[in-house]
Amino acid sequence: MADGERGVGDLSSGDFAVETRGLNLWYGDFQALFDVDLGVKKGIITSMIGPSGCGKTTVLRTCNRIIERLGYVRTTGSVYVLGHDIFGDDVEIVQVRKQVGMVFQRPNPLPISIRDNVLFGFRLHEARLRRVARAEEDEVLESALRQVLLWDAVKDRLDKPATGLSLEEQQKLCIARLLPVKPEVLLMDEPCSALDPAGTEAVEEMIWHLRGGYTILIVTHNMAQARRASDECVFMLLGRIVEHGRTEELFLAPEHTETADYIEGRYG
Amino acid sequence: MEAPMFSATPLNRRSYRSQSVAKAVFCLMTVALVIPVLLILGTLVVKGAPAISWEFLFTAPTNNLTAGGIFPALVGTIWLVVVALLASVPVGVAAALYLSEYAPDNLLTRAINLAIVNLAGVPSIVHALFGFGAFVLFFRFNASILAASLTLAVMTLPVVIVATRESLQAVPHAFREACWNMGATRWQTIRKVVLPNSISGILTGVILEVSRTSGETAPIMFTGATAYLAFLPESVFDQTMAMSYHLFYIATQATDVPEELTYGVALVLIAIVLMMNAVSIAFRIYLRGLKKW
Repeated sequence: MADGERGVGDLSSGDFAVETRGLNLWYGDFQALFDVDLGVKKGIITSMIGPSGCGKTTVLRTCNRIIERLGYVRTTGSVYVLGHDIFGDDVEIVQVRKQVGMVFQRPNPLPISIRDNVLFGFRLHEARLRRVARAEEDEVLESALRQVLLWDAVKDRLDKPATGLSLEEQQKLCIARLLPVKPEVLLMDEPCSALDPAGTEAVEEMIWHLRGGYTILIVTHNMAQARRASDECVFMLLGRIVEHGRTEELFLAPEHTETADYIEGRYG
Repeated sequence: MEAPMFSATPLNRRSYRSQSVAKAVFCLMTVALVIPVLLILGTLVVKGAPAISWEFLFTAPTNNLTAGGIFPALVGTIWLVVVALLASVPVGVAAALYLSEYAPDNLLTRAINLAIVNLAGVPSIVHALFGFGAFVLFFRFNASILAASLTLAVMTLPVVIVATRESLQAVPHAFREACWNMGATRWQTIRKVVLPNSISGILTGVILEVSRTSGETAPIMFTGATAYLAFLPESVFDQTMAMSYHLFYIATQATDVPEELTYGVALVLIAIVLMMNAVSIAFRIYLRGLKKW
């Protein structure tokens, strides 16, 4: 996977959880991505910043092929998840989505209980293969909710509707819901943009808590957030990756003038 | 003395005058809407109520339909409605599920949607002729409950499809997204999330269909309804009496029918329809209370 290194700077080429090679993407006639080579390292938090319409979300949505749902999307190049080409002929999209979970701007809990929300994916994938005892479900439930730091807040109302939670709790729940099927990668598309500052802080803390166990790729408009809560940072502009490096280096000593201009707020 | 700063100007007053005129006109029109309803109900109750009794509901008509009750017609209407529902609900709900959850937005889908709208606009007498040609003659069901119910089913299919599709589309798209992203297939999404959250709307549509089906006359006239039958239908291949056709018949065809009998039948028919609507509304309110978002 050596050719994923372009733009990664002086970082040693570790094991990539997600890697794109020469990724081009068109929405109809409009080309949204140009030769994107991105290597997302395992187990760390990588943030993507850049002005609106620069392609951050498009890259994110390509990583679990959710983008295809739009119908008029065409791609060239390849995307590897854990070393496997997800555009290959024998790829089952359900298996890809299991490995690569996604969280959206607006929390979207299902209108069922907290317990059923967290266990939804688990039941879909596991409980259809074998009998799962209630005790095991409880264990999975608790473990998922503990990982997102939500257990203590909801342990007494697991059978209450998830839509009754605060937005911050809902967003944590939406992340917890991905964990029982043991994904490798978590994609987060501006996960805090619907939250107030306190909620944002709590969700950031939670994301940091997940670091290590999962590879996290997070799109954000909030540069302070990228700076606080990521190991590496990718700056995109007009469908291209301009710079990718350690977060503190990218913010303190950007290599490109476009990056410098953006992080200093000269455009956005 | 100068007028206080915030007092009304002539222009203000003129605006208010035209405003109250508009309001009065709209209010009048709304009241005018209610008048025919009250008149119809009032007439029916005043003239029909004396005819209503347990005996009227549970005995057969006698003496060339000029006396006796309406029991066979009541039973026949239930037969017709139930068989029509059995035919149209599965087809209608399945079609709506396909159109709302699976169908791509292409020419074919649009043509189907157009066809549904047009089907809803076809006059019921045309449905009757279609039903006669298709079910009675071509499929050789003869004049029977089956032929009449299938005709009613075709006629009410658009109601079921539109009601179902609307309640499916009222389920927020975010729920589907959430499911798909956890690797659920469309069918799993429908079964676990979309249907449980739209079932109230679907059932409301079904109940509305019941009220429409029970009141229609034209579609069953040539396809299975009969003016008088001494026995109750035993299978879907029998002919049957029906409330709506019975009313039509004693009001226009039979002679020497006492007026109160005709009004009595009309009162029972409208009571069935209104009761169905009331059930539908109550049900909707109940289910809305259960909704969690």
